[in-house]
Amino acid sequence: MTYFPEEVVEHIVDFLGSHRDRNAVSTVCKAWYQVERLSRRNVFVGNCYAIRPERVMARFPWMKSLGVKGKPHFADFNLVPYDWGGFAQPWIEAAARGCPGLEELRLKRMVVTDDDLELLARSFPSFKSLVLVSCEGFSTDGLAAIATYCRGLRELDLQENEVEDHGRQWLSCFPDSCTSLVSLNFACLKGEINTNALERLVARCPDLRSLKLNRAISVESLNRILARAPHLVDLGTGSMMVNHHTEAYHRLINAFLGCKSLRSLSGFWDASSCCLQAVYPVCVNLTALNLSYAPAIQGDDLIKLICLCFKLQKLWVLDCIGDKGLAAVASTCKDLQELRVFPSDIYGAGTTAVTEEGLVAISSGCSKLNSLLYFCYQMTNTALVTVAKNCPHFTRFRLCILDPGKPDPVTDQPLDEGFGAIVRSCKNLRRLSLSGLLTDKVFLYIGMHAEHLEMLSIAFAGDSDKGMVYVLNGCKNLRKLEIRDCPFGDDALLKDVTKYETMRSLWMSSCDVTLGGCRALAAKMPSLNVEIINESDEADEFQENLSDLHKVEKLYVYRTVARGRTDAPDFVWIL
Amino acid sequence: MSPPLEHDYIGLSELPFSAAAAAGAAEDGALNLKETELRLGLPGSESPDRKEKVGLTLGLLPKVFGSGAKRGFSDAIDGAGKWELTSGGCGSEVEGGKGGALFSPRGEDGGGQLSGHGNAGKDVAPKADGQERKAAGQVGNSAGNDRGVAPAAKAQVVGWPPIRSYRKNTMATNPSKDKEDADEKQGPGCLYVKVSMDGAPYLRKVDLKAYNNYKELSSALEKMFSCFTIGQCGSHGIPGRDGLSESRLTDLLNGSEYVLTYEDKDGDWMLVGDVPWEMFTNSCKRMRIMKGSDAIGLAPRAMEKCKNRIRISF
Repeated sequence: MTYFPEEVVEHIVDFLGSHRDRNAVSTVCKAWYQVERLSRRNVFVGNCYAIRPERVMARFPWMKSLGVKGKPHFADFNLVPYDWGGFAQPWIEAAARGCPGLEELRLKRMVVTDDDLELLARSFPSFKSLVLVSCEGFSTDGLAAIATYCRGLRELDLQENEVEDHGRQWLSCFPDSCTSLVSLNFACLKGEINTNALERLVARCPDLRSLKLNRAISVESLNRILARAPHLVDLGTGSMMVNHHTEAYHRLINAFLGCKSLRSLSGFWDASSCCLQAVYPVCVNLTALNLSYAPAIQGDDLIKLICLCFKLQKLWVLDCIGDKGLAAVASTCKDLQELRVFPSDIYGAGTTAVTEEGLVAISSGCSKLNSLLYFCYQMTNTALVTVAKNCPHFTRFRLCILDPGKPDPVTDQPLDEGFGAIVRSCKNLRRLSLSGLLTDKVFLYIGMHAEHLEMLSIAFAGDSDKGMVYVLNGCKNLRKLEIRDCPFGDDALLKDVTKYETMRSLWMSSCDVTLGGCRALAAKMPSLNVEIINESDEADEFQENLSDLHKVEKLYVYRTVARGRTDAPDFVWIL
Repeated sequence: MSPPLEHDYIGLSELPFSAAAAAGAAEDGALNLKETELRLGLPGSESPDRKEKVGLTLGLLPKVFGSGAKRGFSDAIDGAGKWELTSGGCGSEVEGGKGGALFSPRGEDGGGQLSGHGNAGKDVAPKADGQERKAAGQVGNSAGNDRGVAPAAKAQVVGWPPIRSYRKNTMATNPSKDKEDADEKQGPGCLYVKVSMDGAPYLRKVDLKAYNNYKELSSALEKMFSCFTIGQCGSHGIPGRDGLSESRLTDLLNGSEYVLTYEDKDGDWMLVGDVPWEMFTNSCKRMRIMKGSDAIGLAPRAMEKCKNRIRISF
């Protein structure tokens, strides 16, 4: 048997980027496990409770980049109570002890405190990049610590976090010696910013390529910033509130004329239609455009803008673009790969802003489309079948019909056939979200055809346990299954308990599973944490008295090598 | 933020009905517990899913909200501001039907935001789930045509549509400016602000867009925070059939009254009620129910008048 020197294995393993490949390598034999673990630089933990942080640090001591995700996805929609968990603290503490060479940290849906940020800032001398997505629990004081102590910081990217505003001075904490920033995103901050400090910071960071301003930044300030940073590739514009006939507006036009490298635009918080003209010069080069926070821009002006963006690959808009606007997108943006259409009127009057027609138009014009998030008031089977035929390359398909359980308005039928067409046609589909009236049949189709499906979100769908069983049996690559308000009960839950070990997590809320079913699951599968999230405040006193028939309101099941968790609040029972 | 304290603070743990709530069984003793169950529901209305249960709201009586005080806010409240026993749902998350998530289609739970409120009767809710779910769907259908309509007609579903709260909150403070009729009452979105109360273990959030004037806001806040005040009563706080009398309650509170204040965009703490309602909703970042004794500097003359009035009522 030929012996493979470790150096050779290491050299080969270095070529492997993906986590999946590296995970596979590490299971071959002990020697390979060692080589792999010492050479892994990027570590991704999809569920912070799947493993204890110390174990991760011990296994990968030379880790440079760590990504951790906390709360389940449905936490985005307020289905997970505020203090359920997902704390960053143990991770940052363990990393500070075990991996002081850490350079990048990316956290999603976690609770991060100012103390955590300060510890982070002080513990990693080579720290370069902090990305926080949908996190909460910290304030601008924590940002001040990052600014103060992270020498050589390259990236501070805050995406859609809930940040307490403790004043504007945090930005001034970047020392004069800080010249290394490449990416700065503080668009989610609600408070005022020290614009002088910001402009000086921008001026002294020649490598700055991505800058996303918050709503408090005025056009005057934007003008000055653009004048000092004409090499920006990615810009979040700040307020963009300006009147047509002012000097500020003219300077804005000039500023954008100077931005030859701009490829991605977002922001436009208060932008009205008239100031859109200022960005016309850069449209021709844009590959990404996010207008989803700009409700003041009317459909016609949106269309005028988009008709100039023929290189667009990624577009996020509000549904006030209308079906007509989507048709314009379809005829202009032939390279479009990702489209998101958000509802502008959430509690709405049912004004049909976009319908199935808009989606069909997009599909006929943009054959490269692979990622879709579409909120609409109605959808038909015919439309979905057409879309499936036109766009077989979907990897992510999320359709949200705003009325739960709404059928095809033309035929009054469920949307089983439409979604069935999607899963049959899109062989590489990895993520799917369903809506509208759906029976067990759609799950049969999904189980049969969605071979590569990794994440499935279901709401107000199905008739019986069979639906869930079809999915669990059929989707071999399923990693995350989240279900709300469906008639799936214990029989479905317990049909194939070993399946959950192959998945990251299962979420079921407002379904028909009972405490008895959950207890049975927990008993059979010690490798899973079976969490009951019970918000009735008296219930924890009576946990013992609750019968097995008690309906479980929220169930979260995930595989883990860390049995139970020490930070669960009272209303979370881990069976 | 520390997790909510247990039932003691709700103040009703010593009372039999909290036991009934959890066990769900009809442990009604002579006290007719169903009458005193805290229910989740919209202000002044019975929850449509629980017609058979009538909740009672326990209130407190801060005189400052009463009529007579010469501040604009109190004027707007105009007599309805007394926090007193009313029948109807215990308005915790008080939405006017336009606001955000209220209760799930099963009508049992107020969703993630409501921790620690008596979610009584969870187990006894009838198993009409399928029907309830479809009902929610149908209600959602019909509700599409009208906005700002009586809450009972439009059952908002928790966490639906699936839009990140960050986006919901951001859009709420960024309404479309091109609306022909800038009708604020029917504006889209929601505007959640935190409301803290001195001495309460946790804060609440209210949707300012759900109300049309100070009066509605005040009554909503009364209902939301009434339980904390009762909680301070401890063993004294057992409500009789008629409920707490004014004098007894103010006794217990040592004659302290509460003042509603808010933090505006500039970071200053202002007394609620001075400016027009629309201006208030546009500039209010968060609210705080202060003890009167802390509210020095906010209309001292008015405070004096209130204090005098309370003493006189004994």
